[in-house]
Amino acid sequence: MDSNPSTAESIYVSDAVTTTAKILVVGHFAVGKTTLIGSLSEIRPLRTEEKMTQASALVDDLQGVPDKVTTTVALDFGRLTLSDELVLYLFGTPGQQRFMQLWEDMARGALGALLLVDPSRLAETFPVIDLVERYGLEYAIAVNTFDTTHAYEEAEIREALDLLPDTPVVYCDARDRASSAQALISLVRHLLARAA
Amino acid sequence: MTAGEEEPVAGDFVRAYVITGGRRLPSSDELSLHTLVTVGPDKELPLGASPEVRAIWDLLSGGYLAVAEVAAHLELPVGVARLLLTDLFEQGLLLRRAAPPRAQSVDRGIIERVLHGLESLYG
Repeated sequence: MDSNPSTAESIYVSDAVTTTAKILVVGHFAVGKTTLIGSLSEIRPLRTEEKMTQASALVDDLQGVPDKVTTTVALDFGRLTLSDELVLYLFGTPGQQRFMQLWEDMARGALGALLLVDPSRLAETFPVIDLVERYGLEYAIAVNTFDTTHAYEEAEIREALDLLPDTPVVYCDARDRASSAQALISLVRHLLARAA
Repeated sequence: MTAGEEEPVAGDFVRAYVITGGRRLPSSDELSLHTLVTVGPDKELPLGASPEVRAIWDLLSGGYLAVAEVAAHLELPVGVARLLLTDLFEQGLLLRRAAPPRAQSVDRGIIERVLHGLESLYG
């Protein structure tokens, strides 16, 4: 029995925690979701996999297995203890439309979504916005930039992505903990405003 | 290292099928990815438990973990881990904490607490 959850090695959530919250980190392939989660997580980011076809459907037709089994999606996630009683989980969620089944699961109970954007590949973000809107998730745009020149103006990004006026647009460096945290704070402020 | 690590994807599927006994995977209503679980006090591992259930038991004997964390630590697909955890829960062997509300609407109080927590850490 591990009765000392405060040690750095402990993988466990403190016994005092009564509430967990979930926020999704979404975006197209290779936009930096896992990097941002790694920057913020207090534990080594974890990876798990979800099969995209229900096992019961496959059982009837094991011959057909090889085709279907390849639809495996990796989910990366991290954890932040925010107080003695509250833990936040950040789940990276792939933005492809073909993962809709997964999205239904991920969206349920999520407070909202931080939508990571690569300003040089804006078109790849359209399907991701479709998904967050389809599942009724409130979101903020985090433009992942590796420099501070902001070569892409906020107004251009807003127009290209056809954002609502109150949708936050923040710049962040997903490799940087403080910068990633500020992006997350912008999202949660927005969630609070929309929950009013 | 686990035995399954070098298996091809199809083999991994068959393994998942065997672990679950071919049953339909439960929906996320019962145990969501961020629901915390641990073994109940004074509970015993059921006789004849599968190696996977035994591994879950050993892991959760140390404290609380979210459903997704159990899956990741044991390298099980989320759906499979959730089914095995649901079984244990329905047998009264697991404690569940921080179960999310069923309602679609998000609790404003939780958002406030998340914001306060983030601001006190990074503000």
